[in-house]
Amino acid sequence: MTYDPATASGWVDAPARKGFFTDTSVCIGCKACEVACKEWNAVPDDGMSFLGSSYDNTGALGASTWRHVAFIEQKKPVDLGMPSTARPGADGDGRADFRWLMESDVCKHCTHAACLDVCPTGSLFRTEFGTVVVQDEICNGCGYCVPACPFGVIDRRIGEKDTPKVGVAQKCTLCYDRIGEGLEPACAKACPTKSIQFGDLDELRERAQSRVDVLHAAGVHDAKLYGESEGDGVGGMGAFFLLLDEPEVYGLPPDPVVTTKDLPAMWKKAGLAALTLLAGAVAAFAGSGS
Amino acid sequence: MSPRGRRRDEFQMVPDAHFTSYYGRPVVKAAPWTADIPAYLFLGGLAGGSSLLAAGAQATGRDSLRRTSRLGALVGISLSMAALVHDLGKPARFANMLRVAKPTSPMSVGTWVLTAYGPMAGLAGVAELRPFLPRSLRDGAVGRLLGAAGTPAGALAALAAPAVASYTAVLLSDTATPSWHEAHRELPFVFVGSAAAAAGGLGLLGASLHDAGPARRLAVGGALLELAAEHRMEQSMGLAAEPLRAGTPGRFMRASKALTAFGAVTAAVLGGRSRVAAGLAGAALMAGSACTRFGVFEAGQESARDPKYTVVPQRERLNARLGS
Repeated sequence: MTYDPATASGWVDAPARKGFFTDTSVCIGCKACEVACKEWNAVPDDGMSFLGSSYDNTGALGASTWRHVAFIEQKKPVDLGMPSTARPGADGDGRADFRWLMESDVCKHCTHAACLDVCPTGSLFRTEFGTVVVQDEICNGCGYCVPACPFGVIDRRIGEKDTPKVGVAQKCTLCYDRIGEGLEPACAKACPTKSIQFGDLDELRERAQSRVDVLHAAGVHDAKLYGESEGDGVGGMGAFFLLLDEPEVYGLPPDPVVTTKDLPAMWKKAGLAALTLLAGAVAAFAGSGS
Repeated sequence: MSPRGRRRDEFQMVPDAHFTSYYGRPVVKAAPWTADIPAYLFLGGLAGGSSLLAAGAQATGRDSLRRTSRLGALVGISLSMAALVHDLGKPARFANMLRVAKPTSPMSVGTWVLTAYGPMAGLAGVAELRPFLPRSLRDGAVGRLLGAAGTPAGALAALAAPAVASYTAVLLSDTATPSWHEAHRELPFVFVGSAAAAAGGLGLLGASLHDAGPARRLAVGGALLELAAEHRMEQSMGLAAEPLRAGTPGRFMRASKALTAFGAVTAAVLGGRSRVAAGLAGAALMAGSACTRFGVFEAGQESARDPKYTVVPQRERLNARLGS
């Protein structure tokens, strides 16, 4: 029996846990996901800048970027499947010495979500689909979720006073409004190569494993899943990935752990420190009389 | 030895980190917090320690220490509240903190600790203002009520005070910010030591020599605890200790150690004899405490901005687990 975060959060008869499987091996870097997300969720512009990082001028996930396509240029042979006139094994046999990695990053909707754990207002909550969503009208912008997230996903929106939802924490909702109506999230709907797949998490995990098997059989030994295992530091991610290189190459933490895992130990130390202070204060007065 | 050579020796325990990142961009996000938060860490600690001193001074009849400490707690906690509300993205919604009580959120726990502590420390502090009220108010019902409320309010504030001074360490450590999280074993002791040093320092500044004995002892004990715990903390943090030694946070931490050590020695040697020396020691200890808070805060922010501190320890952990 797998751990179901929705049931653990008190939902009765919760629907199957929903998630994303992002297969980076078929991502073509079109950024349709970024655009569709912005359009559907009315996420405001967060600056036009030339970042000098391949085709990535978005930069990173943030309060106003809920899908981010990463572009990595590598000097690494890759079979382009192009016809060649050279002898097999010779230079220029159809294998380019350059490859481009593209990955559409998104909120991981963790099984054990630090942002949700540390939120002091209850604004961040677990939906019946097992996803993690900010309630805009409740968030008071304390910003605690921002450093709590092990992936650097959520952020407090900055902008002018008339910017929508300025000052409150914002991130991907896994299109809570759409999936509640039986639709798929905007990014998955817009993805032309099915790099972004939406569905029941159990089914996505099976599909992802068979995709890895196919790639391994085809000689793509770099292919590996990231975030699919319930045994990882966040109890498995609701949005997980098929990567072609190490996670940190894509800006992902190689071994993320939910910070609240250590919280009981932290409270114990703080309790001990509080008692030390109390004892110290008593000792400072003891024996001195009045 | 080259000019840079000595500097490099310091870091030889931690070899140059080779790691991969995405264009050098951060993996985790730095907290969107401004100087309000380290200022609160200092002021909250000062208030908590002062409430303990004030309750002791009340019980042992040290009037000048009680007055100084209660007023210090009142000012400290009032400025703390202002800083905390000011740092919110939606200050008008600060009361939303009171919707829930969540032990998984140190900020929620802190909210309830401050809700219990603040009014009591405030009442005890305001009670000290009674002599300055116009005669009609002072001797009227309000004045007598204030006079009667000061002692129980001060005692209740002292009960909550140790939590006020210690929970802020968990507030920082319960994040993915490398230099805050990795400090979680010792940071509560650093912070209560810093709080005791600051409150004792204020007592040395404001109380008469006759009354200041307990403030001096608390200050010296707190300073020693802070210095020892901080040393141990840097040893246990691994790579995440590096930001505590470099750049702006490094300057804060060096200033903190120097001021705290100077204040403790001066208080111990001369603090019982000379009012000037006691005041100087008190001011140094308070400044040292503030530097500790700003140093730890800024070190964390620095560790979040540089992907090295996130990627390298995680990669080592992962490789060890995969057996490669």
